[in-house]
Amino acid sequence: MGRVIGLVAYHVFKESVRDKVLYNLVLFAVLMISASYLIGQLTAGQDVKIIKDLGLAASEVFGLFIAVFIGVGLVWKEVDRRSVYNLLVKPLRRHEFIVGKFAGLALTLFVNISVMAAALYAVLALMNRLEPGLAKAAVEAPVLDPQLLKAFALLYVQMLVVTSVALFFSTFSGPMLSAAFTFGLYIVGHFNADLANFEAVVKSRAAGWLGKALYYVLPNLAPFDVKAAVVHGQPVSAAYVTLTTGYGLLYAGVMVTLAVIVFSRRDFK
Amino acid sequence: MLPLLTAAVLLWSGALSVQAVREARHPLPPVSSDILYFRGGAAVSRAALGFDAILADLYWIRAIQHFGGTRRAQESDKTYRLLYPLLDLTTTLDPHFNIAYRFGALFLSEPHPAGPGRPDLALSLLERGLAADPKRWQYAQDAGFVHYWYRQDYKSAAGWYDRASRIEGAPWWLRSMAASTLAEGGDRQSSRQLWQQIYETTDDTWVRDNAQLKLAQLKALDDIDALAALVSRYAQARGVPPRSWNELVARRWLAGIPLDPSGTPYELKPDAPGGVALAEKSSLQPLPPQFLRKAGPTT
Repeated sequence: MGRVIGLVAYHVFKESVRDKVLYNLVLFAVLMISASYLIGQLTAGQDVKIIKDLGLAASEVFGLFIAVFIGVGLVWKEVDRRSVYNLLVKPLRRHEFIVGKFAGLALTLFVNISVMAAALYAVLALMNRLEPGLAKAAVEAPVLDPQLLKAFALLYVQMLVVTSVALFFSTFSGPMLSAAFTFGLYIVGHFNADLANFEAVVKSRAAGWLGKALYYVLPNLAPFDVKAAVVHGQPVSAAYVTLTTGYGLLYAGVMVTLAVIVFSRRDFK
Repeated sequence: MLPLLTAAVLLWSGALSVQAVREARHPLPPVSSDILYFRGGAAVSRAALGFDAILADLYWIRAIQHFGGTRRAQESDKTYRLLYPLLDLTTTLDPHFNIAYRFGALFLSEPHPAGPGRPDLALSLLERGLAADPKRWQYAQDAGFVHYWYRQDYKSAAGWYDRASRIEGAPWWLRSMAASTLAEGGDRQSSRQLWQQIYETTDDTWVRDNAQLKLAQLKALDDIDALAALVSRYAQARGVPPRSWNELVARRWLAGIPLDPSGTPYELKPDAPGGVALAEKSSLQPLPPQFLRKAGPTT
């Protein structure tokens, strides 16, 4: 089973390379290099903070776009091109197909985010080398702070959650609607804490319970955002990263399972 | 391929030419840098979806541009009206944006026309910074500085220095600064020590340059006092005040034309206190008003 999933995943990764998805890395590199030059002229000595903020924010934006726009087409494209018929007559079970698709995009995202993290460190190292005074000015956190990796790790897990949501919608809906639903859940996921405290602002106990229930059902994405904390050198404990990662992986697992269920029940005759 | 590329380049050149002609005939409306976009920082922070920090950076860059642009502008009505809202947005979006509090307080406190002259807003910004990061003794030190330099309220300044010195990790000299501010507040020498301390301890180029300017201004004030005393002695000895520095140089009262620390010659001005003044074109203008002599012109 693992070999089949691996094969599907490999083909998804290969297809994303063929579709020039990794070109976004060039855009990222250009953005970071030009920003590192321009920002020095504009920010009154805050170059390091702003480059870190920009690098992390850009990684999230690129990751989000890849997760949503590729994620929503993962299954839909196969159905639309009718290639799913050829695939399903092969010794490939439906759950292997879905899990393989998810793993393939997870691999694409992993490569993307890893390269973006490496590019950000490279730009910071270059800035540090060209202008050694920056290290002294970056009083809150070291220029090449290993803590940044925690932000990248949680960003990656967050993108896995978004991918799983996109994949789930992709099993029964077209790409436009799936993208709209996924972006919607991404936005809701960042406001989710309000639902947990809904009972404090409404009189109805039922509405309070409903808010609480939605809080647990919908993805809670705000905790994955530790960008500001790591940039300011505030501690992000290993326990926090582990628990948040655990939640993200389990939630993604739930969405992939739901995607398998929906896809398994679809009639392709 | 080549013909297509050539065609694309030609079309692009054509588009640029047409655009240039249109803009020559119908000039673009001036870009207003006075647009704030949003006023409620809390609402923007909610809508930022985890991109608060990068939005805070954008507002910080806008705050610097607004401050620098208004400061360099030629018009006399420099209101800096967006400075505080921009700093407020920046620090609401990123409550730990250290430099936005510290520079922002300096920007806000600078007297008109170099700044909006609002030390009250600077203090409120620093108090918000302390609420977000109670261990940042630098904010309390800056509040003391705002009281000291811009409000000449030495008692409050000493109180803030004392408060800063009690925060964990604060340097030892803050305690002595609290005591000396209370004892010698407003004295040029203690001000010099304060700026020297800032100059030697800051890691930031802007703050260091600003401290260097203030130290140069204090040096200029001392020079002006010394030159005024010399001019007065000369007037007593010769019966008339000198009409130019050359007179003093020719009679060996001075070794050369006296220059301020920026390299601009001081001016003999009968209507200035002491008869000596900093040249209008000197980059050290304006001198801190609290240290200027109030005496009338020399006779």
